[in-house]
This record gives sequence, C-alpha cells and structure tokens, in this order.
Amino acid sequence: MSKSNINKATLKRRDFLKAGTGITLFIGAGGLIPALTSCSEAGAMDFPIEPLNVTAWVKLDSDGTITICNPAAEMGQGSMTSLPMIFAEEMDADWDKVKVEFSAQEPAIFGSEGWGNRKIMLTAGSRTINGYFNVLRKAGAQARYILMHSVAEKWGVPINQVDTKAGQVIHKLSNRVIYYGEIIPFLKVPDNLPEFSEKELKSPQDFRLIGKDFPRTDIPDKLNGAAQFAIDIRLPNMVYGVIERGRIHGARPTLNNETALRALPGVIDLVVLEYGVGIISTSLEQGLAAKKSLNISWSDSEASGFNSEEAYTTYEQVAAEGGQGRVVTNIGDFKSAQDQATKIYSADYKNDYVYHAQMEPLNSIVQVAADGSSAEVWVGSQQGFTPKFGVPQVLGIEPRNVKIHMQYLGGGLGRRSMTDFITECALLAKKVAPRPVKLIWTREDDLTYGAYRPMSLQRLIATTDSSGKLTGLSHTVIGDGDNLVASGIKNEFYDIPNQSAQIKTVKHGIRLKHWRAVGHGPNKFAIESLLDDIAYDQNKDPVEFRRILMQHSPRALATLEKAAEMAKWNKPTNPGRAKGVAFLERSGTLSTGICEISIDERTGKIRVHHFWTANDAGIVIHPDNVKAQLEGGIIMGMSSVLMESLTINNGAVQQSNFLDYPILRIEDIPESIETAIIKSTGHPQGVGESGTPLVAGAIANAFLKLTGKRIRHLPFTPKRVLKVLNG
Amino acid sequence: MITFHKIGPYILRKFEKHQFIFIMPTYSLNINNKNYQVEADAGTTVLWILREHLGLMGTKYGCGIAQCGSCTIHVNGNPVRACVLPIEGLANGQKIVTIEGLSTDQDHPIIKAWEKVQVPQCGYCQSGQIMQAAALLAQNNSPTREEIIQSMNGNLCRCGTYMRIMEAIQIAAGQPTSVKSDE
Ligand code: FES
Ligand code: FES
Repeated sequence: MSKSNINKATLKRRDFLKAGTGITLFIGAGGLIPALTSCSEAGAMDFPIEPLNVTAWVKLDSDGTITICNPAAEMGQGSMTSLPMIFAEEMDADWDKVKVEFSAQEPAIFGSEGWGNRKIMLTAGSRTINGYFNVLRKAGAQARYILMHSVAEKWGVPINQVDTKAGQVIHKLSNRVIYYGEIIPFLKVPDNLPEFSEKELKSPQDFRLIGKDFPRTDIPDKLNGAAQFAIDIRLPNMVYGVIERGRIHGARPTLNNETALRALPGVIDLVVLEYGVGIISTSLEQGLAAKKSLNISWSDSEASGFNSEEAYTTYEQVAAEGGQGRVVTNIGDFKSAQDQATKIYSADYKNDYVYHAQMEPLNSIVQVAADGSSAEVWVGSQQGFTPKFGVPQVLGIEPRNVKIHMQYLGGGLGRRSMTDFITECALLAKKVAPRPVKLIWTREDDLTYGAYRPMSLQRLIATTDSSGKLTGLSHTVIGDGDNLVASGIKNEFYDIPNQSAQIKTVKHGIRLKHWRAVGHGPNKFAIESLLDDIAYDQNKDPVEFRRILMQHSPRALATLEKAAEMAKWNKPTNPGRAKGVAFLERSGTLSTGICEISIDERTGKIRVHHFWTANDAGIVIHPDNVKAQLEGGIIMGMSSVLMESLTINNGAVQQSNFLDYPILRIEDIPESIETAIIKSTGHPQGVGESGTPLVAGAIANAFLKLTGKRIRHLPFTPKRVLKVLNG
Repeated sequence: MITFHKIGPYILRKFEKHQFIFIMPTYSLNINNKNYQVEADAGTTVLWILREHLGLMGTKYGCGIAQCGSCTIHVNGNPVRACVLPIEGLANGQKIVTIEGLSTDQDHPIIKAWEKVQVPQCGYCQSGQIMQAAALLAQNNSPTREEIIQSMNGNLCRCGTYMRIMEAIQIAAGQPTSVKSDE
C-alpha cells in the first residue's frame, strides 16, 4: 500500500491502520502511532513526530511475525541481533518469529539520547547498546502492555490477570491463550499508555532472551553473497563516479586536460571539486581508465612540506617547553608530588599514523530528482550529527526531501562516521540528475585520502614515595586532533592521588578521524608501559603492582584476577617466551588483557602466542558476539601494534594499498584468544573497542620481561625491535 | 563502405565522415553453469564484469591488486583473484564459480561450518574467505594448521575473524579445533 494513503490530518493515536495482514506500531513515550509503512518508510511520515517523542517501533503480522527496526548501523558489531533482542525481551516475543530491518534515518524517532541532550543516530564509540538499552526495553514493555490490554478488554478480564509467555497472551484463570498475531483484528491502544520505569521492567534473572547466543540474524546472508552493501547497489540508468584527490591533503586541483578527458570513451561529465576532480562515466572501468589520464596541477596546502618522521623532533621540543596545553585531568597536586618524590620516572612514547582499512572501500549511490528538489541515497554509514549525512545541505534542499537507504557496512571503524564520500557523490549526481551515480573510492583513494588516527608523542612522568608507592602521574600528549588524542588519558581505576594530564596541539593539515578506540590505543600503551617500568625497577610483579593500585576498584580488580587466572600468570612461562599484562576502561567496559610472546632475535619479529582477556561489560546481551568483538578487536590491535604505519613525506601520503600498508594476515594470529565475561547486572557497556587498545601495553610489557628492554614507538616493526634489541 | 580500426582495446568503426563510434568486443563466459554474453572493453577485469555488468555482487572489491582476496572466485576449481584477471583470459570455456554458485542449498561443508562458528562480522571479506577455503578443502580434505595458513594467507579480514576462520575450516575438515574459549 502506498504511503499516499495516509491522511496525515486524520492520523490519530487510536486509529489503527492495517496494511494487508499486518499492523505497524510506533511505540514511544508519548504513545503509539500506527502507520502504513515499513521500517525504512517511517521517514516519509509527515505528522509531527517530535512532540510525541516516539522512540522505536515494531511491526506485527497476523502470522505472528514481528519485525523490529534496528536504528543502528550494522558494521559487523552485531547490532542487527542484539538491539532487537532487547526489544523482544520486554515485549516477550517469540524470538523465532522476529525479523529485523534497518529503521529510517530519522533521529527524532529513532535517535538515542546518549549524545548530549540531542537525540542522535550515531553508531560510534561502542555506545549503541549502552545508549539504546533502556529506550528499547521501555518501548518493548509498552508493546507488550498494548497486547495485554487489548486481550483483557476483549476477554472482559482485568489486565492484571493476564500475562504473556513467549509470543502469547495468557489468562491462567480461564486457561485461555492467544498468539500475538491473532490479536491484530481487535488491537486497541489504551487511552493512557503507561510509562514504564526501570523498576517495572524485567529483572535480569527473568531474562529469557538476553544473555543467550542466538545465531546472528545477519549471518545467513553473509555466507552466500546475498548480504547487500552499498557498493552492491545497481539501479536503472546508473552511471559511475570516480574522483582523483591529491596526495597532499587539502591541495586544490587545476585540471589541465579537460578537452582530452571529455573525449575519452564513456566519459559523461567532469566535476571539479575543491579537493579533487570527479569523472562521471558510463562504466566503472571507463571511469577508472579516464582517472589515470587526468592531468592535474595541485596547489599547496597546510600539509605541504610536512614530514611525519621529523615531526617527532618538534614534538619533543614542544614537550620540553614549559607552558600549559589544554588540561584534561587535574587531580590532587602533581607538582608537590614531584617535589616530594623519592624517585621520578619519565618516558616518551610515540605512535605513527594509522589508517582504518575497512574492507569495503568508501562508496555511495545518490540520485537527485530531475528538478533537483529531492534525492535518494544508498549508503553504509555510521550516521552522525549532520542531518541526512549532509546531502540536504550540499543540494540546498530540505532534509525531509532526502531519503536514505541504509545498507550493511563493510566495516566502519570510525571512517564511516564521516560524510565526505556521500556529499561529494551528491554533487556528482546533481550534475547528471536524474541519473543515479555510484561513487567508488579505489583502495588507493581510500588510503591516501583517508582520515587517520593521529601520530602523537606521550611524555609521562611518574613519582613514587619512599615506600615505592605511586604518588603521581603526569601525562602530556603532543599531537594534532585534540579529542582524538585525549581519549584514554584518564586513570579512574588506579589509586594515583596526584594526576595531571594535558594536550599540546601541533597542527599539520593531515585529515584525522576516530579510529577504533581513538586515543585509548596510544594513551593506554604509554600508561601501562610506564607502570611496568616502575614495577620492573622495584622488582615487583606487574599483576601484584596493579592489584595494589586497584584496591578501591573491585570491578577492575576482578578483571585482573580473572585474566591472571586464565593466563596461569603465576606459573612459569615456556623458555623463550614471556607474558605481559595491561588494563583499561573503554566505553564503560573494564578489561584486562594478558599476552604471551616470543621474539625472533634474528629478524626482530614479535610473535604473539596467546591472548587472554577478562571483561566486565555490565549485562551482556549476546555473549558470543561480545566474544567475537573482543577477538576481532585484539586481532586489529595486534595488526596496528606490530605493523601499521602511515607516513607523510613532503606533505604526501607515502603508502597506497595493502602492499605498502600491510595489515595482519592469518599467518600472524595467536594460537588462542581466550575471553571471559564477568557476570554483572550493571547497565550494558560497549565492547567493540575494548580489545584493540589492550594489545600495545600487553606486548610492550611482555617484551620488557623477555628482554629487559623497553619498546616505546608504535608499531613494533621488526626493524624497530632489532634497533631496541641491539641498542 | 565500413572501416574498422583497432586502437588499443577499442574497435573503432568509421561511422560517418568524421565520426567514429566505439564498438566493444563480446565475450561469452560460463559462470555458475550458466552462459553469459558480455560486451566489454578488452582488459576489463572479471571483477567488474561480474559485479557491474552481470550484477553478481557476492564477489567483492577490496584492493584491486591481488592483495586482499575479497574477489576470490573459482576458475576450473582453482581459487583466483578476479580483480587482476582480464576478461579475455576467461572467455575460453573455463568454468567460473562465484559465491552465488558455490552451493544452491547452503549445505556446503564450509558454509555450514561458517554458520556454526558464526564467523562473519561485517561480512565483506567473507565471500572471498569462503571461496578460498572451499577450494582448499576440495584439494586437500585434511589440511594441517600450516596448510590452512598457507592457503588462507592471501585473504584479509579487517574485522579480525581469523580465529573463527581457522576453527571453521578445521570443523569442516572434521578435525579437532585449536581454538579454546572460556566463558
Ligand atoms: S580485490 Fe582482488 S585481491 Fe583484493
Ligand atoms: S568480516 Fe569484516 S572484513 Fe572480514
């Protein structure tokens, strides 16, 4: 049925509009709204949504099928399974009957309040489950209430006599049972739909779905090539877009051979952008061939002349200069701790730029209407703060006239929370409207015009008193990107009475962005390494040293004890190998990681044999998925720590593809990764980024134990390892 | 009179006095036991043919230089990288199998093992991983861990599903797995 059948003016809360055999319900704090739409059509509704504060919705079919909308991006983290599980739990749905679809990109309806005061749809920072947990539970409880209310009225019994059981409403006293799907003909919204407080929701011991390892809903299609990513979209009359961007970020192009280019086979049009030249072509291969024929002169930019290897010298100077940066932490009085210290430890830690390398290169498809008044977008995006990914803005149209078709993401890792690869496609599509344009970044485009985790230098100073107790820690980060280098700088779970942390910014004009776990990678590497340095100097066991620091943080301590137990920390390690430990908090999850490594002293190659990790992530919705996230996070962490380095020379990115920017292959996986999840009834926390930043500290600390030497510059390439070993 | 000129990959047909139109050669391919006629410039890679010409989207683009394995297909049973294979090299009756044609009813032992172990995360690399693993098992039904590593080393997975890939191949080969877990 078409949406034009909806007469907005007559849409009232109590009018149920029935489509075919099913019914669609919007359920939210303000009530329940039915509409004749599918999940992705919700955005087409024009009635005032905001005042109703609608938050989530579900579609019920008479055959019992329950379609739950997933408001988050699915980039491998399992949101397509775990979010619907939360809703279904409170709705008391039969999981076998649940289907999942992407919701429309309408933050007023589907946003979570986890981002300041605004309702935002953003899949980032491992905050999806945390942000949606209560929203979905309350909405699920309301859906259940509506079903119970309808049945109670129909059967003429008080609502407190009816209950639900896995997809059925039951009335014990009369032994009556009715399936949810059978309720549709007489479904009725109560005049006052109650608000459910957290206390009225199921308590964790009653969870029937949450905590179970159901097969992931997205996996069957990911085994036979059917799962659709944006890059897989083909539309009638579609043409292709490719863009040549400069090797120097921000450089402006002057196209020198426009006429020759336009004459090339398949070239339909050219679009000169501020930072590149776009080619629109009949076929992809023709566009790519034409891209090779471009003759462009590039202007200078802020990045011109920048040399990343040399920047560390500048960073050291900046670190040495007095003067405050932006203060991030100031606890106690580090200055006086320093004055009274018996011993002062100081070390610099460095990390190179790293690139996201999500497996699906960036791409999007945009179709602009012939009159330019509306547009449709097919994309895999981590969403964000900009309405409709910035497309309305570049086209000069209303957000309501832009329709987003959300697709699976072939990896996000932070890169797909940017909108550059969507807005530029809109500009190309505008030029050839109404033909849809499929814009594809080659891997080389994706790498060279990436937005990296910034390089930085961490200068740490720690103080101890006469008993060896850690009394103070000062942490200065020098680098570009401000918040991107700040995350992970705090130590809330260690007893360190005097702490100061600050950021000193040095700008380079290189594009930067959140990269899985953001600043936690470099910052936790520095903190955890320095702790082991001190323990080593005091001849203390690194786990024992942390035990004392964690004595007032029982949740943190529990992860340490569990990981130590799993790794058999107290037992001797095989000759030629050593274990190292690291602890951190990321997105609310507390994690301890321990690895066992060996080093090939001839080649300098570090091999990780085992990795153990224990985590407190609050209530875990889907344990196997948490495990998968931790495994994957650790593998990506190993990749970044052992081999990933992106360098800039004279302003230009030096790498271009997986040949010169290698990422970890199966030959380098450990023999085992063991994960433990500590039982908790706390609010669920994020786990997607917990594994990654554990790796650097754990490996560096195992390295210290094995060799007595300190490795302080990420990545630990064989060349750097040999330099440290022979130094 | 009509004149044809061969210039690079294009056949130029003199159309009118000073006008030329490009005529593309036609190739016939056997994919998943079906015959396809494709008009394309010589030199076009099989990856773009499969995806953009024929709509067989299961085979993925990841690097274009035979470094990631996302585009792995079978040619006469051998795993090859479609991104570096020009179409003219495959139009001689070779049997091409893509992920769409690997198994009609999802009962291939690799697919079953993949499902059991819940291997995919984002899923983007998985067609290539599955095609590579299926070719390995077809040639060696009891690969050692080292043989698995050797065969799978060209297939990148940024989500880091390698531990489960290893486990799934061992399961499909009916071997004890080396991956442990502790809940
Ligand atoms: S796309 Fe063919 S190997 Fe990467
Ligand atoms: S599953 Fe995402 S790249 Fe392999």
